[in-house]
Amino acid sequence: MKVYVPRDAAARALGADAVADAFAKAGVRVIRNGSRGMVWLEPLVEIEEGGARRAYGSVTPADVAGILSGEVQSLGPVEDIPFFARQTRLTFARCGLIDPLDLAEYEAHGGLAGLRRALELGSEGILAEVKDSGLRGRGGAGFPTGIKWETVARAQADRKYIVCNADEGDSGTFADRMLMEGDPFSLIEGMVIAGIAVGATKGFVYIRSEYPDAIEVMYRVVEISRKNKILGHVLHSEHEFDIEIRVGAGAYVCGEETSLLNSLEGKRGVVRAKPPLPALEGFMGRPTVVNNVISLGTIPVILEKGAAHYAGFGLGRSKGTMPIQIAGNVARGGLFETAFGMPLGALVNEIAGGTATGRPVKAVQVGGPLGAYFAPEKFDTPFAYEEFDGQGGLIGHAGVVVFDESADMRAMARFAMEFCAVESCGKCTPCRIGAVRGVETIDRIAAGDASAVPLLVDLCETMKHGSLCALGGFTPYPVMSALTQFPEEFAGHREAAE
Amino acid sequence: MDQQKAEELVLIQGLINDHIGLEGPLLPLLHAIQSAFGHIPATAHAPIAEALNITRAELHGVISFYHDFRDKPAGVHVIKLCRAEACQAMGGAAMSDAILAKLGLDWHQTTRDGRVTIEPVYCLGLCACAPAAMVDGKLKGRVTAATILAEVGA
Repeated sequence: MKVYVPRDAAARALGADAVADAFAKAGVRVIRNGSRGMVWLEPLVEIEEGGARRAYGSVTPADVAGILSGEVQSLGPVEDIPFFARQTRLTFARCGLIDPLDLAEYEAHGGLAGLRRALELGSEGILAEVKDSGLRGRGGAGFPTGIKWETVARAQADRKYIVCNADEGDSGTFADRMLMEGDPFSLIEGMVIAGIAVGATKGFVYIRSEYPDAIEVMYRVVEISRKNKILGHVLHSEHEFDIEIRVGAGAYVCGEETSLLNSLEGKRGVVRAKPPLPALEGFMGRPTVVNNVISLGTIPVILEKGAAHYAGFGLGRSKGTMPIQIAGNVARGGLFETAFGMPLGALVNEIAGGTATGRPVKAVQVGGPLGAYFAPEKFDTPFAYEEFDGQGGLIGHAGVVVFDESADMRAMARFAMEFCAVESCGKCTPCRIGAVRGVETIDRIAAGDASAVPLLVDLCETMKHGSLCALGGFTPYPVMSALTQFPEEFAGHREAAE
Repeated sequence: MDQQKAEELVLIQGLINDHIGLEGPLLPLLHAIQSAFGHIPATAHAPIAEALNITRAELHGVISFYHDFRDKPAGVHVIKLCRAEACQAMGGAAMSDAILAKLGLDWHQTTRDGRVTIEPVYCLGLCACAPAAMVDGKLKGRVTAATILAEVGA
């Protein structure tokens, strides 16, 4: 008998370590797997006997004896739980299934098959495959990954780099963290394939300091990968590639690719003007692929199963699957990987089961702190890049944060401006000054000054068009979406009437 | 005091030597120094600036840019409370207010007895088990003001 107790940070934050200890004390073999993504059931324990895995939800140390004696009812096989059964898992197929540090298990579940095929295909073959897959950057911008890689591959330089952006600190998103903690070899494999494709020999994973568990796992898998010749002389081929782990220092703006490059070089994480593109002048002025964790972590399965298989999922120009992160005030929060195209309302009401408080949903913020709020009237919007854009929103890193009717939308708009003011890198005026003025303007509205409303709209226009990067440029999304969909909360006479 | 300062400088120089060979060594070096001293002591500024061939103003610019780096030690316990949207959706703001009020602190402050420092954090990736916090480096999900205060004995 084997017992799986996740070592994922969310499971640990809900007491998984004590549960693992209790099983170990009872004399059972405990495997620390990643998370299956059903966070509302964490710590989610699985017992494997006779080839089948039975799941137990929200386990505490007090439940351990009862689980082992069969008194506690199991949830059945984890794959049969509706939240899990409705998913299409490509990027996250192994997450929660295997011990993330067990390379043999990784290979037994399809790992390294993509890399082996990539070595056969060579640079041109890999580029063609990635382009044909239709994969777009999963970090939020949605730029075609194959085109970015091709630009770096065609650039002439003595040295090129692959930089993994693991600094995406959007509220409501945790897919990067889960993949690094639950299936880290897939990220390593994706980076090695990228290196072969573009002719880079060195990679960096820049991880935000708020993810201590992911940092620890990534250090360990880099060591294991070097020992097993995934890094170094890649699988004994003529290709060389090595990876270094770097830790951020608590600056949200470093999730923007040019800020991240400055930070990696040891500078203030201020945004660089583009052009030059990082693909031509990136880290240390050399051609650099900067991709998000999920983009790179999806490369192995594309190479393993083929571009056509991957591109067969999705909607329109949004190809493949997206790990959607459902969070905030929800009955069932967690990671839900599915093909693009599911309506937002289905995600919120059917998959997540509505709010945790049981009160009606008021608004859903999609795409992190810079994403728009969607009122239930927009719930039929299909989850895909162009479809969200058409509704004045963005899918960003695919975080879905649910709020019940108690949410104060004017306060949320104020918070968006405040967050922008705290995290602005300071390089461009619309973001640095505009965010501070935004907070003041919303306070004026709150004090009953209706003439401040058009001023706020004007300020948002300026920030949107005048900012250098998405921080200042996208802060108007949450602010304006709150203002246009909930104008009564900005009417200003609420306090006056009280 | 001079003896202590000399020992500090030896340790700092050792950390500089460990990191100077990296491409872009400054952030890893600052993390190493902060992990050794609990903050970035002013003593470290001159040797770092010299080793990296940057001005002390540039170095100060980098240290002050990042929220993680401190110029003086934190309290015995450090509580980081998530202020981001997912945690707000689950009552995080009211919880933070209660903790700050109980300790008589504002964000970034330390209690007068040096026991507790409170810092805001904008997402710990625990958005599906909000509200979340980090206490002395340990992550906590679905927290309440009472559980957080109990963690630090307040």
